[in-house]
Amino acid sequence: MATIEEMRLDGNAVAGLLGDVFAGEITAALVSCAHCGATGAVATAHVYMHGPGVVMRCPDCTGVVMRFAQVRGRLLADLHGVGRMELSAP
Amino acid sequence: MRETPSAATLVLGVEGWPGHRAGQHMDLRLTAEDGYQAQRSYSISSAPEDGGPAITVERLEDGEVSPYLVDDAQAGDFVEVRGPVGGWFVWDASQGGPLFLVAGGSGLAPLMAMLRHRAHAGSDVETTLLVSARRPEDLLYASELNALDGVRVERTFTRAAPEGWTGYARRVDRDMLAEVAPAPGARVYVCGPTGFVEGVAENLVALGHDPSRIRTERFGATGG
Repeated sequence: MATIEEMRLDGNAVAGLLGDVFAGEITAALVSCAHCGATGAVATAHVYMHGPGVVMRCPDCTGVVMRFAQVRGRLLADLHGVGRMELSAP
Repeated sequence: MRETPSAATLVLGVEGWPGHRAGQHMDLRLTAEDGYQAQRSYSISSAPEDGGPAITVERLEDGEVSPYLVDDAQAGDFVEVRGPVGGWFVWDASQGGPLFLVAGGSGLAPLMAMLRHRAHAGSDVETTLLVSARRPEDLLYASELNALDGVRVERTFTRAAPEGWTGYARRVDRDMLAEVAPAPGARVYVCGPTGFVEGVAENLVALGHDPSRIRTERFGATGG
């Protein structure tokens, strides 16, 4: 059985899902963590997707930055751990 | 196309494919007859200049999707795709270098797209590839790696090396990176299993590389 650490992925792995939520490519966007203030590319977030939903955590403080779940055909997004986002203007 | 005993490259004909960037990936969704769906993400191994996307899939023995793709998929089969996706783990020749690519196992796939793009673009960016494979027969694109023009290729084999092999025969460690990596300042792309990627990135930072120049993509340990 793989450990939690071995199952850890990163923001690259949820580029498609994030594209559905934000209607565009945001893995290269900068996001700041609402818990500790650390800022980095969305792609560098730690991602755990072996459970029923997707959890993205700050690589610095491990606080939850975003959570996603699909329930009965609805996509739920919890973004309370996002402080600020910065991306290329379209 | 069979690459190794456990990996195959699939060329996908996607209607209206918008083109991709080297390093991007795509999501595949398979639906079983009973409606059960499984989705997986695969790196694109072909260069943007090659046209439609090709993916290289490694068979994971307890996987739900990869055994089908590696062993059973036939020309003409249909799969649902989404992509290309990702815009961070990408390299375009215009970004320049020097370039240091570090691959663990099938983590070579997106880096191969970068190497193929480099060749198509006629780029002479100083490029070093360090690739780790379990055994010689597990090394993806082995003959193509021998023929890359102007790229320093270093291989390490972690389980069994070829007879008479005098190169590296251990997991990538700090000493190896100190010998192989270009000086700090190079653009670094690391792709492979989670432990491999995190270990390489930590060691490169310890060797003086700026974390902001190191881009990583983890494959994880499960999924398949």
